[in-house]
Amino acid sequence: MSKKDLSQYWKKNLTIMIWLLIVWAIVSYGCSILFVEQLNRIKIGGFPLGFWFAQQGAIYVFVVLIFIYFFLMERLDKEYDVND
Amino acid sequence: MDLQLMTYLVVGATFALYIGIAIKSRASSTGEFYVAGKGVHPVLNGMATGADWMSAASFISMAGLIAFKGYDASVYLMGWTGGYCLLAMLLAPYLRKHGKFTVPAFIGDRYYSNTARLVAVLCLITASLTYVIGQMKGIGVAFSRFLEVPFEYGLLAGMAIVFVYAVLGGMKGVTYTQIAQYVVLIFAYTVPAIFISLQLTGNPIPQLGLGGTMSDGTYLLDKLDQICLELGFGAYTLQKGSTINMVLLTLSLMIGTAGLPHVITRFFTVPRVKDARFSAGWALVFIALLYTTAPAVGAMARLNLMKTIQTGEIGAPDGNLKYEDRPSWFDNWEKTGLLKFEDKNGDGKIQYYGAGNGFDAKAESFGWKGNEMVKVDRDIMVLANPEIAKLPNWVIALVAAGGIAAALSTAAGLLLAIASSISHDLLKSVFMPDMSDKAELAASRFAMAGAILVAGYLGLNPPGFAAQVVALAFGLAASSLFPALMMGIFSKRVNRTGAVCGMLAGLGSTLIYIFWFKGWFFIKSTAMLPDNPENWLLGISPGSFGAVGAALNFIVALIISNITEEPPEHIQQMVEDIRVPN
Repeated sequence: MSKKDLSQYWKKNLTIMIWLLIVWAIVSYGCSILFVEQLNRIKIGGFPLGFWFAQQGAIYVFVVLIFIYFFLMERLDKEYDVND
Repeated sequence: MDLQLMTYLVVGATFALYIGIAIKSRASSTGEFYVAGKGVHPVLNGMATGADWMSAASFISMAGLIAFKGYDASVYLMGWTGGYCLLAMLLAPYLRKHGKFTVPAFIGDRYYSNTARLVAVLCLITASLTYVIGQMKGIGVAFSRFLEVPFEYGLLAGMAIVFVYAVLGGMKGVTYTQIAQYVVLIFAYTVPAIFISLQLTGNPIPQLGLGGTMSDGTYLLDKLDQICLELGFGAYTLQKGSTINMVLLTLSLMIGTAGLPHVITRFFTVPRVKDARFSAGWALVFIALLYTTAPAVGAMARLNLMKTIQTGEIGAPDGNLKYEDRPSWFDNWEKTGLLKFEDKNGDGKIQYYGAGNGFDAKAESFGWKGNEMVKVDRDIMVLANPEIAKLPNWVIALVAAGGIAAALSTAAGLLLAIASSISHDLLKSVFMPDMSDKAELAASRFAMAGAILVAGYLGLNPPGFAAQVVALAFGLAASSLFPALMMGIFSKRVNRTGAVCGMLAGLGSTLIYIFWFKGWFFIKSTAMLPDNPENWLLGISPGSFGAVGAALNFIVALIISNITEEPPEHIQQMVEDIRVPN
């Protein structure tokens, strides 16, 4: 792989990663801790929403984020033909 | 069938299974011993990672922690799962690409320095060894409570089992037993949870039952909030601790999770880079199964406990359980000393309450003279839960086997990380570079046996600080290993001097901050200041300091690297190389 391709591939990887980590931070630190009181005013079934994020929702989002990362990187690896 | 016989049968059957697997998966080369020949299927590796990760603390203690802390315990749930996002995106695929056997090996190569490698070995051994003591204790407790053999015998039996499969099979044996252990532990955790959720809410899925309604039509969480508030404990779903500590503790646990070597090493066992990413996703799926069940177990156990004791209206003469009518589980746990009742007002009834909301004054007007449940060890909640909910004996036996599986699998992973860093990083790389593969394999088996003996000794004679050391393990992993690994991948500029200074700054500041409040080497009398929020720097608790230590590590490493020479050309080339999968 040429130097230029490599730096492009790396930049795209970083962009994917940063966006996913922003979501990661929003659900854990935002929804579950900093804005928990505001969200708790909304109720879904028996769950105050903030409490649900902190004890259930954040974990589900984490799982989804890793699989999104896997699929996006699969596509990127194919695009740059770097699959091992 | 009698409970004890049943427990012997179930635990015995799982042990036979682990040994059977060990005999089938003997390691015959160092590659097999350290990384299972890099041939583990990513989904199976995910499952093994789940068992490796979920320790006696996750299985036994976490739901109890949630039961008594309510919302505030969310930091553990998020911290111990969110770290996998960091692991999957920031470390695992790149370290797998680098292709070495251990975490210190990467640090030594990337920073072209045996000093860096030795600092990493030191962090790894301290973090892993402190962590393993808790597992040994967990094995002993499970044995002594359920098989009614002395603590020491239980511990020795556990050591013997680990010895057989870890010394023989190395990573290969450990991986395949961990897969079996995952199945045992998740089954043991979810079956009672399903039963209890059905009993309380009619919903067989505990994750939904937690938000469901009870037979009287009220929501379970509302009911729990109400009972907790009325008895002066503070609402279950609301925050009690400080926000800054919640944020920092979550962050410390997340970075610490990503930096723990025994977890990282698991991703060295898959065949390809993309398998490392995929496997991290699966690992979190298997972990999430338990971690999303735990809040339901915690809340339901708390509700059952409160309702067992407060049988009627608060303050009414017949509102509390009579001590002589206590159920048999109450009696059983009193014998272990983990549950203690003291009839302070001599009325023969049990009063269990807190002092919040001015409830202590109200309690006095009922003739109550203080909370009479003087000790409710939170570790008993998961183990006692099936008995509290009156579930059949085979479920209780299963829980015992599950607790032992969780402790054994984590202990084996940690011991393997210690053994490989001794035989591979110390002996082979630093002291005896011309050792043959065969001699190294023998050395790694010796190191493994030695590590088991040391851990067993520490389990039998636990240092007084055993309970606090898990925080230390995470603090060390977060403040020293994680930043060094991450910068090694994401920066070409960070050099030998910067990395070593950064690791020492992170490690040093975290250790000093913890020791300052907990006492030097955890000897309580040597603490420099009392361990309370007024004395903490900016209100940061010692357990949450790992994130600050990590930040210091990053800052120091970046500044020093920028004022010293660039890393050599071949190292910069190596960094470019690990960034692409092929």
